Amino acid sequence: MDILQNALKALVAKEAVYYALLAIGLNIQFGYAGLLNFGQVGFALVGSFGVAVTVVQLGASYWLGLLAGLLASVVLALLLGVPTLRLRADYLAITTIAAAEILRLVFRTNALNDVTGGTQGLSGFSDDFYDLSPFPLSEVYRPFGIQFRGQEVWVLTVGWALVLLSVLLVWLLMRSPWGRVQRSIREDEDAARALGKNVYWYKMQALILGGAVGAVGGIFEATASRSVIPDTYENAVTFFAYAALILGGTARVFGPVIGAMIFWFLFSITEGVLSRLSTGDNPIISGDLVDAQGIAAIRFVLVGVALILLMKYRPQGIFGDRREVALDAR
Amino acid sequence: MRWLHRIVAIGLTALAALFLGAALPAYAEGETVSGTLSVTQSGKAVEGVKITVTSKADGKEVATVESDADGRFSAPLPGPGVYTVKIDKDSLPDKIVLDEGQPESRDVTVAAGQRAAALFNLSDGSKVTEPQQDIVWAQRVAEGLRYGLIIAITAIGLSLIFGTTGLTNFAHGEMVTVGAFAAWWVNTGLGTPLWLSTIFAVIVGIVLGILNELVIWRPLRKRRSGLIAMLVVSIGLGLAMRYILLLVVKGDRQFYDTPVQTVVDLGPISITPRDLQAMGLCLVVLVGVAVMLQFTKIGKAMRAVADNRDLAASSGINVNRVILVVWMLGGGLAAFGGVMYGWTLNLRFDMGFTLLLLMFAGVTLGGLGTAYGALLGSLVIGVIVQLSTMVIPDDIKTVSGLLVLILILLVRPSGLLGARQRIG
Repeated sequence: MDILQNALKALVAKEAVYYALLAIGLNIQFGYAGLLNFGQVGFALVGSFGVAVTVVQLGASYWLGLLAGLLASVVLALLLGVPTLRLRADYLAITTIAAAEILRLVFRTNALNDVTGGTQGLSGFSDDFYDLSPFPLSEVYRPFGIQFRGQEVWVLTVGWALVLLSVLLVWLLMRSPWGRVQRSIREDEDAARALGKNVYWYKMQALILGGAVGAVGGIFEATASRSVIPDTYENAVTFFAYAALILGGTARVFGPVIGAMIFWFLFSITEGVLSRLSTGDNPIISGDLVDAQGIAAIRFVLVGVALILLMKYRPQGIFGDRREVALDAR
Repeated sequence: MRWLHRIVAIGLTALAALFLGAALPAYAEGETVSGTLSVTQSGKAVEGVKITVTSKADGKEVATVESDADGRFSAPLPGPGVYTVKIDKDSLPDKIVLDEGQPESRDVTVAAGQRAAALFNLSDGSKVTEPQQDIVWAQRVAEGLRYGLIIAITAIGLSLIFGTTGLTNFAHGEMVTVGAFAAWWVNTGLGTPLWLSTIFAVIVGIVLGILNELVIWRPLRKRRSGLIAMLVVSIGLGLAMRYILLLVVKGDRQFYDTPVQTVVDLGPISITPRDLQAMGLCLVVLVGVAVMLQFTKIGKAMRAVADNRDLAASSGINVNRVILVVWMLGGGLAAFGGVMYGWTLNLRFDMGFTLLLLMFAGVTLGGLGTAYGALLGSLVIGVIVQLSTMVIPDDIKTVSGLLVLILILLVRPSGLLGARQRIG
């Protein structure tokens, strides 16, 4: 029963919010504009470290930190977009995946201990945020028998509000002329160019906007866990967000949100089931295989396989429209 | 560009001859800190000086060693981290002192599998001469060539696969890792010598290449999947393979079961015989691949398909067969490069992924889709990455590779040897 309860909690957990925000960003880039950003986690990293470094090292307020984090993500988007957006789709993919890995390495290096905290990362930057909480932080709430502490309720309320705001933004943008141009670029770049649209600049705007939403996701995650640790921003996080997005349906306003909820639900249930199967008197799976590291690894493998199968057999995901999926871009 | 190809081929052959000439004694695996104590002015070795190494994290003493008759000392370390290396001033011989203004201890950051150096300059009181900067250069360039050769071996397959099928294979790094661990498995498990294990690894790599093509990519091409769909599939495949590897081999660094070696000095360069042999082997293989691409029928067919697929098909080349051979070649080379990487450094489940980023940088620098471009670009990237450690910390040296990638995309996106129409 507790497996199911944990899984139900997973539907609204902070990780679901995190992946939803990352996937909404990817949806703007990949779903609507056809840009392949494989380094979304890099945007989350600069966003959250933008906040943490500003607050911890410069002593500024959390709110100023937010601004710094968002600004950092815009700068990153420009840096990655300028050389690659005129080229074929895979150059952006290569550059972004490399940039995300490089950022992680740079932020964890000992040489920058005084700025980024090295492998330990930084913490203690989110007090301003929790001070605003209308819910007493250590009070326990039990909606539907599922236990939440006050600070969780506050974090999740803000998180889901952010998700809804982003969804609203995407919905408004994509039914505007701006959104129609983005789609037309995804479908046929040359046609859009022939109509006099500045394709390069439109792509750049999509990259910046999607990256900024990703940075909001990163900032949210850092705030919710009250720390930033470089090694949590590994490349796999981006691929998880892709899995969530494709599962839910690309180029659909609610696709990434539903996808992220289902993704994290399945992700949590796998852990519960795997540890249940590997413990007890007569384990079905050998316990050596399924230690904590093993469970994590199995879940990564499942995500990889899911990506392959989805892309091959149902690229539009659960709610998508096959005609809207940017499969044949150059 | 034909002259350039020829120059690359000739240069490689000359280098191969040079490196194969050397095969000498031996040295230790794993993280160590080492150095040579000698008097700056005369170069005379200083023997019997006590060196103490303590872990910076917990202040525990890790090792105490003495310099030998050649002034060398080498202390094994329990793992990567920051260590304080302290020289015992009382154990210095008469009249010999530390250079003025030099602290008696220093912190050394040791990356995994690295042999870090701790330098102490000793003086006998006479006038000091300038230390030679070019020695460090030469050492880094040699290390860079070793790194670059390994990147080149693995990147040729990546580039040819891209050229013939249009696929940017994000799972290519995992073929490297699988090859390296296949050799590790028979080498440490069954005790087969490394050369035999390497052959086994290459066969595994070839089979993996065939499976890749037949099970995944050919069906996808038949369904006319677009570029982006294939990219996402390769990302998923790479992720799945990487973590299957983690499940099987666990997260620790591994080493091949090979004899311990010490460094030898070749002029300004200190290098282990193992590194020299690995470089020589890589060169031989690269020359072999170049000869095959240049002169054999299938090699010409590969370059023809990479150059223009439709034209090649209409001139009677069986494109699907050529692509299959490209996958076999790519898989075999990736596995071989993986063994060389594991032999000269170490093995880890994500080694291929790290290498993939440098492969991309090398391939882009040389020109996506070209075999010779991949070779040239990878060598340059290897050298740049190692040279950059003179300025930036060792654990972020890959950053320099990415910066080159971005720069080349800004200045000349088709790369050094690439064709203009490929880039979109």
